Amino acid sequence: MSHLVIKQINKSFGNHAVLKNLSLTVNDGEFVSILGPSGSGKSTLFRLIGGISLPDNGDIYLDEVKINGRRGSISYMPQSPALLPWRSILKNVVLGAELHGPYDKKIALQMIERAGLKGYENHYPYELSGGMQQRVSFIRALLSPQKFMCLDEPFSALDEFTRLDMQKWLMDVWSEYRRSILFVTHNIEEAIFLSDRIIILSERPATVKHEFVIPFPRPRHEGLLLTEEFLHFKKKVYEKMQK
Amino acid sequence: MVIILFIIGWEVACQTFEIPTWLLPPPSDIVDEALTGWNQYSKHISSTVQLAIIGFLVGSSVGIVVAISLHLIPFMREAFYPVLIISQNIPVIVSAPLLIIWFGFGMLPKVIIITLVCFFPITIAALDGFRQTNRDWLHYMQMAGASKLQIFRKLEWPHALPAVFSGLKISATYSVMGAVISEWLGANKGIGVYMTLASSSFRTDRVFVAIFLVIILSLLFFGLIVYIEKKLVRWKPIEEGNAHESFSH
Repeated sequence: MSHLVIKQINKSFGNHAVLKNLSLTVNDGEFVSILGPSGSGKSTLFRLIGGISLPDNGDIYLDEVKINGRRGSISYMPQSPALLPWRSILKNVVLGAELHGPYDKKIALQMIERAGLKGYENHYPYELSGGMQQRVSFIRALLSPQKFMCLDEPFSALDEFTRLDMQKWLMDVWSEYRRSILFVTHNIEEAIFLSDRIIILSERPATVKHEFVIPFPRPRHEGLLLTEEFLHFKKKVYEKMQK
Repeated sequence: MVIILFIIGWEVACQTFEIPTWLLPPPSDIVDEALTGWNQYSKHISSTVQLAIIGFLVGSSVGIVVAISLHLIPFMREAFYPVLIISQNIPVIVSAPLLIIWFGFGMLPKVIIITLVCFFPITIAALDGFRQTNRDWLHYMQMAGASKLQIFRKLEWPHALPAVFSGLKISATYSVMGAVISEWLGANKGIGVYMTLASSSFRTDRVFVAIFLVIILSLLFFGLIVYIEKKLVRWKPIEEGNAHESFSH
């Protein structure tokens, strides 16, 4: 069970309002994407959910518990893989879990295998390609004890081919584990392909501009990306973003 | 190569200009003295080495402890950073006699002198290492809910380790220097004593033997630290450009 509710959040830095009356929910087991222009305060929103900074007003609830300013309530996958170079892949994968208690090495090894990285357990991050590093970063988040995951533009630095591979892999793993995910991206296609629901943010100060429920059934395959319906839907989202 | 040419030039100059040996002995004389005088100075070496090692260990421990406390305890940094700088502005040659007045001629004032010259490079290097921790990694650790202590133990400390080692390398060479200086001021054994005796009796060849001994010891210490670093710091600090090449083959 994990269920995030954000109620009427405001945040400004000096005279710059960054978030204004922002409210959203992510239901248990739901994959929600936030789409917004760069600099629309998506990172600020994550900092608030992660408890690194406090909202000026408004509340954040995770499973009915207020988590304003409480660190470590969510598991997190950052934009850059942020793997620690002095730790082997195995040691990196368990880092998130290690911070909150003992970890299960067997499950970690299984997950590494699941990510197609078998044989790399004792390698170091610099020996891995960008896509592989992102997979390690995702497993690290998945193995963390917190049930709610926040993914911050995790694929934005990858090339188109790797990105599609990663999206398919992510969907696979996610459909198996069904974590609640809040996913930030500025790629419309990616948002539609992966999510149950898309939330579109306005420019600064960010507020929820529109919400789409994605009608495409799962499991989704990459063929979907080229269907008439998908392109039509993408156009609809695109138009909403422009206004 | 440069060193060899320099020594040959030195030798030739001494021979052709007939420089008196008390002024500048030719390298051949120095080597001769180094070989035949072993019994004269061997006991001095072990004493200096012992002193330098003890001083270095104490100095680097102090350096690391100071760096950690300045880093982890918020107001310590503002309070003590100026004191650190000032401590380095007092010449050892001035503070050393004071220390001897206060603590006598034993081991303690000598170790304090070496500590004073040794801890500073380590403290500064470690503090810089802690502070230059990669922002992305720090952000991840905070979001993942790491406590301040966990961030230090799992992120800042390992990240600063290469920096700490560059501090240690500098201090290792300083420690030999510090040992010799502290011996000048009052000791009955050590390279510093040997050096003082040699220069007061115009045995310039022995002074040079002492100089070379100091150099050799410093290099040995340095090499030892480099060796330990290689054993301990297995990961490569990210060097842009070759981060991905190693993947392709």
